[in-house]
Amino acid sequence: MRYESVDTAVRVRGLVKRYGSKTAVDGLDLDVRTGTVTAVLGPNGAGKTTTIETCEGYRKADAGTVRVLGLDPVSDAAALRPRVGVMLQSGGVYSGARADEMLRHMAKLHAHPLDVDALSERLGLGSCGRTAYRRLSGGQQQRLALAMAVVGRPELVFLDEPTAGLDPQARHATWDLVRELRADGVTIVLTTHLMNEAEELADDVAIVDAGRVVAQGSPEQLCRGGAENTLRFTGRPGLDLGSLLKALPDGTAAAEMTPGAYRISGEVGPQLLATVASWCAQHGVMPDGITVERHTLEDVFLELTGKELRA
Amino acid sequence: MSSGTYAPKPGAAPVGRMIAAQTALETRMLLRNGEQLLLTVIIPSLLLVLFSTVDIIDTGAERAVDFLAPGVLALAVMSTAFTGQAIATGFERRYGVLKRLGASPLPRWALMTAKTLSVLVTEVLQIALLTAIALGLGWSPQGGAASVALLLVLGTAAFSGLGLLMAGTLRAEATLAAANLVFLLLLVGGGVIVPLEKFPAAARSVLELLPISALSDGLRDVLQGGAPMPWGQALVLAVWAVLGLGAAARFFRWE
Repeated sequence: MRYESVDTAVRVRGLVKRYGSKTAVDGLDLDVRTGTVTAVLGPNGAGKTTTIETCEGYRKADAGTVRVLGLDPVSDAAALRPRVGVMLQSGGVYSGARADEMLRHMAKLHAHPLDVDALSERLGLGSCGRTAYRRLSGGQQQRLALAMAVVGRPELVFLDEPTAGLDPQARHATWDLVRELRADGVTIVLTTHLMNEAEELADDVAIVDAGRVVAQGSPEQLCRGGAENTLRFTGRPGLDLGSLLKALPDGTAAAEMTPGAYRISGEVGPQLLATVASWCAQHGVMPDGITVERHTLEDVFLELTGKELRA
Repeated sequence: MSSGTYAPKPGAAPVGRMIAAQTALETRMLLRNGEQLLLTVIIPSLLLVLFSTVDIIDTGAERAVDFLAPGVLALAVMSTAFTGQAIATGFERRYGVLKRLGASPLPRWALMTAKTLSVLVTEVLQIALLTAIALGLGWSPQGGAASVALLLVLGTAAFSGLGLLMAGTLRAEATLAAANLVFLLLLVGGGVIVPLEKFPAAARSVLELLPISALSDGLRDVLQGGAPMPWGQALVLAVWAVLGLGAAARFFRWE
C-alpha cells in the first residue's frame, strides 16, 4: 500500500469506461481534497454514477487510473471497504428487513460504529424503525441508505444522488448531516443534478457532461467564470459614462444599450452597487429599475452542458 | 482531526463477529418470510402427515411413515438449500443487497459462509420438527447418525450450488418461477413420496441420478433399511455438489 498524498482523497486521471459500444465515461479527471465536500454535478446519463461506482470498486476502468485514499479501489478493496462509506442510488436492503435492524446490522460489521439510535433520530428514522424496508416511503429508504453509509465512521463517503425524491424537510436534514460530517473531518463526494444542492453544500463542484469534467472549481469560481454578472438601470439618456468607469474597478464595462438604458457588467458586488449609486447622486440621476443579474450555478451549468433535455 | 460525533474511526469488525451477525440476519429473513415457510415447513409437514395417515400411494413399506420420513427430510433439505436459497438470493441480487454488502467490510467468502450457516441452522430446525412429527406418527428410524449427517451435508452442498447458480444467473422473477417448478417436479419425480419403482425402468435409471433421488433413496437405505453408508448415492450428490458449486462460482453475477 502506498499513499500518494493525504491531501487528495480521490484522484481520477483519464478514466474511460465503456458499456458495449457506449462510452459512459470518456477521459474523466477528478480530484477530491481531503476534508471537503465535492459535488459531481451533471445531467442524467453524464457518467456520474459510473464514475462513483468505479471509485467504489464496483467497476474496473477500461483506461486511466483511479486512486481512493491512495489505494486502488479494485485490487485494494479489502483494505478500503471499512474506510469508505457507500450510499447507492437505490436499494441495498433486504426487502423484509426492518429499518433499525438493517442499520444495526451494518453497524455490527464495523469496529467502532456510531450510536445507531442517535443516528436514526438524527435522520428522522426513529418512528419507522420497526417498519419493513419495502413499506418505507422513498424518502425514508433514502435516509436509511444514507445512515448505512455513515454508521461505520468512514473517512470518505460516496453519496449517489442522496436527496433524489426527498421532500424539502428531508432534504435539509440530509444537507445538515453532510455539513456535520464535513465539520467532523469526513470527506464527502456526492452526485446530484440539483444546482442548489451543489451550491449549498460543496466546496468543489465538478460539472460532468458526456463522460468528461467540463468545469471544476468552487461554486463561486464557477459562477464568476463563464459569463459575468450584470447591473442594469435606466435614467436620463446620454449620460457621460467615462467618469463612471473611472470610479469603477478595472475590468468593468459600462454601456448605454438603448437611450436611457444602461448596463454595467463585471464583478458585481455591494461595493460596485454603492459606487454606481453615489455616481448617480453626483450627477443628479435617479436610477430607476435598478437590477442586478447574478449568474447562478444553474446558468453556468446550462451554458456548459447545453439547454436541451436529455434522456 | 476533529473529535465530533462523526469523526472518522473506521475499521472492520472481527470476521467471526461479522459472520455471526450475517448468519443471524439471513436466518431471520428466511424465517420471517411467509412464502419461504410454506416451502420449508408447511409443505413437508403436510405431506408427511397426509401421506402417512391416508393410504394414497402404495409405498411398499409396512408403515408408510417409514418410507415417507426419509423422503420428507430430503425434501426439507431441497426446500431450504435449493428453492429457498435461490429465491432469496435472487431477490437480494435484484434489490442491490449483494451489491451493497459488497461495499461493506464483510468479505464475499464470509457472506457465502453466512448463507451456508443460515441454511444449516434452518435445516436443523426443519429436521427437528419433521422428526418429532414422524416419531409421533410411529416412525422407527434405523441406521447410523453419521451416515445420515454426511448425506444431509452432501445434499445441502449439491442443492446450494444449484440454487446459487440459478440465483446468480437468472432474473429474480425467473428464479422464483423456475425454483418453484423444479421443487414441484423433483417432489413428484425424485422418490420423495412416490417410490421410484413406480416409474418405468428407463425413466427410473435417469431419475436415480437426480440429487433429490440420491438424497431421498440414500436416507431411506439408512433410516428404513438400516444399511451402512450408501456410497453410490453419496457419490451422485458429491458430483452434483462439485458441478453446481463450481458453476455458481464461475457464473454468479453479483449485480
